[in-house]
Amino acid sequence: MLLGASGSGKSTLLFGLAGLLEGGESEGELRVDGLEPRAARDRTGIVFQDPESSLVMGRAGDEVAFGLENRCVPVAEIWPRVDQALEAVGFPYGRDRPTDALSGGEQQRLGLAAALALRPGLLLLDEPTANLDPDGARLVREAVGRLAAGGGLTMLLVEHRVAEAVDLVDRLIVLEAGGGVIADGPPAEVFAARGDELAAAGIWVPDHPLPIPVPHPRNEPAVELTADQVGYRFPRDGSLAVGPIDLALRSSEALAIVGPNGSGKTTLALLLGGLLRPSAGTVLGPDGQPIWRMPADRLAGSIGSVFQDPEHQFLMGSVRDELTLAPLQKRVDAALVSHRATELMERLHLSALAEANPFTLSGGEKRRLSVATALVGEPRTLILDEPTFGQDRRTAVELLDLLARQRDGGSAVCFVTHDLPFAAALADRTLELAR
Amino acid sequence: MRRFTPLRPDPRALLARANPVAKLSAAAILMAVLFLASGPITPALILAGIVASVPLTGLGLGTLLLRTWPLLVAAFMVGVLNVVLAPAVAGGPNLETGLGLGLRLLGIALSGVLALASTDPTDLADSLQQQARLSPRLAVGVLAAVRMLPILATEWQLLSMARRARGISAGWSPLLAARLAFGKLLALLVGAVRRATRLALAMDARGFGGASGRTIARPQRMRLADWGLVLAAIALAAAALGIGSALRG
Repeated sequence: MLLGASGSGKSTLLFGLAGLLEGGESEGELRVDGLEPRAARDRTGIVFQDPESSLVMGRAGDEVAFGLENRCVPVAEIWPRVDQALEAVGFPYGRDRPTDALSGGEQQRLGLAAALALRPGLLLLDEPTANLDPDGARLVREAVGRLAAGGGLTMLLVEHRVAEAVDLVDRLIVLEAGGGVIADGPPAEVFAARGDELAAAGIWVPDHPLPIPVPHPRNEPAVELTADQVGYRFPRDGSLAVGPIDLALRSSEALAIVGPNGSGKTTLALLLGGLLRPSAGTVLGPDGQPIWRMPADRLAGSIGSVFQDPEHQFLMGSVRDELTLAPLQKRVDAALVSHRATELMERLHLSALAEANPFTLSGGEKRRLSVATALVGEPRTLILDEPTFGQDRRTAVELLDLLARQRDGGSAVCFVTHDLPFAAALADRTLELAR
Repeated sequence: MRRFTPLRPDPRALLARANPVAKLSAAAILMAVLFLASGPITPALILAGIVASVPLTGLGLGTLLLRTWPLLVAAFMVGVLNVVLAPAVAGGPNLETGLGLGLRLLGIALSGVLALASTDPTDLADSLQQQARLSPRLAVGVLAAVRMLPILATEWQLLSMARRARGISAGWSPLLAARLAFGKLLALLVGAVRRATRLALAMDARGFGGASGRTIARPQRMRLADWGLVLAAIALAAAALGIGSALRG
């Protein structure tokens, strides 16, 4: 397993080994079986982080066959090898299953089968479970575990969430952010010797739980949002995405929404944020009116929504402009707006980046900025979709602290998450959705 | 945006099983004739032939109507407008020209829709490589792009909601609405390019685009019935042209 804080180049090393790096400057030497990685490409297989943008074909069997076709495997051999690979990863459907009807975990196991069908000697796995819910991730890990036990295959795994995957590996290599190797050895030894240091550097280390934020005295909770039998059906086929649900969000309280992929957590967050018109029931704001009808500028002053992908919310060319855009549109006094933006940037450690383009920030900085854009209207309710998704431990600790303060200061905080330790550290209540 | 999700025809239907390149060729022949034909009779006969083939495509009539009604309305409007407005130049209202134009548009659109909607995108890509000798890069690229369309539709909705969450709305100003839409389009494009780059990398990693060519796991052939389909299209076109010109004297 390859470990390292964000920016230490784990994925770059993996792509280099797969022979997929082009352009840029390189130093030193990379060899796979004594060959240039590009020349050894038919000995390596790789599984990527995002299954949705790594599947090529429309049907499961064709997806596995795709690589075999490219390697000019005779047609008579292709389908037996496809079936064999699908079976090896425990793929639960036939070859004709449409790939877009698969869950994330199933798509990722299909990706694994597609790499495996080419019979690589080196299998590279780039955070294969990062986009999955806990159940889907477990099934992918089990499939990887069976392959590892089968022998004859070298595997190199990059993972953020170490605790779950550490049992799969014999050796752990920790990369340093500036270049170089910090540690290399059996996982238990590395963690025993350098666990604290690694955790402080932003790496998720087993047995280093997130620090529970110091609670501040809070006011008595009061209802901010009320969901009354709210539900949503997809207009495409009329199937139920979520609901009907009764729910109250209260000030000075944090609510975690958890559940498997496809249980409608994100849809519920959009309904509670007043961004999606419910197809049944209603969500009422503090004024007793349905929130999806609220004009956008008033909505942003009442409910702040943070999307899973921060980039969806960026509109301007610099961090400062992002934070002054909405209030200036509302014709708030310019001096006050500028003061508020400066204060927010300081609180979220973004001051040094005031003039930077939001799209050029690191993952953690983008996340902090997207939270800042939601806080700029000083809403009483904050709704976040997967705030710790893809973040290193340091950003998760910062977010935990920030959201706990927000909660203790009287906001209603509601967040959708797969990250159960994060939910346990922050939430007063948990709502579990079923598929 | 719903129009982008692929239709799933009944796979047992005659035309759904036909070779995709044969289907596209048949449609192209009819389209060419419709493009060149004049007067309402030839287009009407060809259109009748196309409509008669609908049951053979395995597409439900209801879903087909649901998807294509804007086309029907557009063709109707073009016909009406030509009858009511255009003739001022040509000397009086001309029902024949209007009718002919409407029918031709409808026929061109419908033949294309039927050929594509009754074809599985994967079969199309396979057949384009094998029968039309299209380069795999293009054929598989088109297939991957078709798969991305529904994802882009979802992305567009998310971008709209993200703007509302930021407190930004166009209100009643068309200028602001245009600026917002442009911004969203740009964001969509950036996302699509990034997605496409990742996909290209994934294809690269599995040996796509290698110098040594590739085998094809799903052989597609031109069977007798497929040649029959192309011949039927030629026969229909010839008959419609012949009858059309005979009746015009």
